[in-house]
Amino acid sequence: MSSVAAPAANDQIRVTPIRVIRSEWTKLRSVRSTMWSLFAAGLFVIAMGIIVCVVFEARWPHLALHDRLDFKPLRANLAGVNIAQLAFGVLGVMTITGEYATGMIRSTFAAVPTRLPVLWSKAFVFAAVALVVSLPAVFIVFFAGQGILSGHHINIALSHPGVLRALIGAALYMTVFGLFGLGIGAITRSTPGGISALVAIMFVIPPLVGILPSSITNVVDKFLPSNAGGALWTINPDPHTLSPWVGFAVFCAWTALSLVIAAILLRARDT
Amino acid sequence: MVPRVIEVEHVTKRYGDKLAVDDLSFTVQPGVVTGFLGPNGAGKSTTMRVILGLDSPDRGFTRVNGRPYVEHAAPLRELGALLEARSVHTGRSARNHLLALAQTHGIGADRVQELIDLVGLHDVAGKRAGGFSLGMGQRLGIASALLADPETIMLDEPVNGLDPEGIQWVRNLLKGFAAQGRTVFVSSHLMSEMALTAEHLIVIGRGRLIADTSVEAFVRGSTGRSVRVRSPQLDELVACVAEIPDGELDSRDGDRARFTGVDPEQVGTLAAERGIVLYELTPDQASLEQAFMEMTQQDVEFHATAELGADPDADAAVL
Repeated sequence: MSSVAAPAANDQIRVTPIRVIRSEWTKLRSVRSTMWSLFAAGLFVIAMGIIVCVVFEARWPHLALHDRLDFKPLRANLAGVNIAQLAFGVLGVMTITGEYATGMIRSTFAAVPTRLPVLWSKAFVFAAVALVVSLPAVFIVFFAGQGILSGHHINIALSHPGVLRALIGAALYMTVFGLFGLGIGAITRSTPGGISALVAIMFVIPPLVGILPSSITNVVDKFLPSNAGGALWTINPDPHTLSPWVGFAVFCAWTALSLVIAAILLRARDT
Repeated sequence: MVPRVIEVEHVTKRYGDKLAVDDLSFTVQPGVVTGFLGPNGAGKSTTMRVILGLDSPDRGFTRVNGRPYVEHAAPLRELGALLEARSVHTGRSARNHLLALAQTHGIGADRVQELIDLVGLHDVAGKRAGGFSLGMGQRLGIASALLADPETIMLDEPVNGLDPEGIQWVRNLLKGFAAQGRTVFVSSHLMSEMALTAEHLIVIGRGRLIADTSVEAFVRGSTGRSVRVRSPQLDELVACVAEIPDGELDSRDGDRARFTGVDPEQVGTLAAERGIVLYELTPDQASLEQAFMEMTQQDVEFHATAELGADPDADAAVL
């Protein structure tokens, strides 16, 4: 029966971390909606940044003085990041919840029954692809946007202190936010549940903390994932935020926590 | 030489209040097709998930080829499994689905193509698996089970949704594997399918072992002896059979009758002694499904549910 002939030299067939990464790459690239959404998020960062810069450039002569003083060329330029981060986060969630929703996770864990290599590989592949999309996007929008703003000399140069850090930071922030989504998704195992939890952590908890007495708020607020992560991609931070890299480290710690909880649950739970 | 067997040892699995598997033990041997038979809800899929390490048992343990499945370096090579049909991402093509699984073990794209051809999916391999019919989904599942050319295969309801040709194909495939000395473990709630495919049977009901025996012994052992006769002197024969201990008239229709508690030998000998003419004398061999229904009657959980297959009568209708 030739149909069941051995596929290759038999002792070479086994699971290795590199092979699981390759498998996860195949999975990510072969679901078209995921790849499209990632590129759409990158394009959104570029389009939104350019539109905002065009609007400011056009309206600059008519702006009141205090609006002119408030104008931050880099923030205007990166206006798309706040929305795009959500797309990255949702895609991070769906990288794993999509497998639970369809039953694919059973095939996945039957092939890699130790399970954890699957989580690490998903994180690695997602982070790599997210960086490949987000890094060019922030640099493209920076040069395009600042080029537009230079008409009224209200642009900022790449050599300006903190600008390069903020640009790389914006790409890192969106990428790590996607990983945070991956951790949340692996914990909730459901797409709506994961997205809800992500939105709650990023957009609902911060205003709630804001209602607390300011002595508490000022201490807690800067350690929240959204604010800690935001520190890396702003220049001229306000006094209550953490310094850029400390803030980013705190954000990464939150993300690591979500992934560690996910790993523990992944090992313990039935599929 | 590592034994190519699936071992289940005192496995108990509970989901909340529901006891899915109750102290279940058995061993699946190589070289024959072993059928895993039980009504829907009996715990077959749960047992298979526990064997694959997808669900962890509350008590007991399982081993595949001498070790827990999780501990194998190349799990797909030790045990190829077809789980519930939908274990595929609906947005991914059949080819990429197989490729992603193959890549975890370093199996190449040519082996994937080989399997696509083997299971007859070449025309749709590039299409999204979400659009597949149940039968195509089963073929894809079978392809993924065979990816690493496993020593042991375990299929959960493989013929579900397949057309007659597909069913025939699966039967031959399984028998071919068994003939090569591999271990083949296949579940079904369709007893007729098991009668055609399996040589050995593990029967469970409500998570408990009911029988672990050959198909032949299962049929022989579960139903009492009975005999069908046709005779122009039926009244005399009925009177004679009543003299045999345990002999009892079961039913009668014109010149035909059915007796229970007797062998054809006893009836034939008695008829000759008394000079009674017989036109027909047949041992009444129970079919596998009759045997199965008798044994699991008290173990079928949902007697009157509408769900097809949960009800033993519905099973009979499917056959």
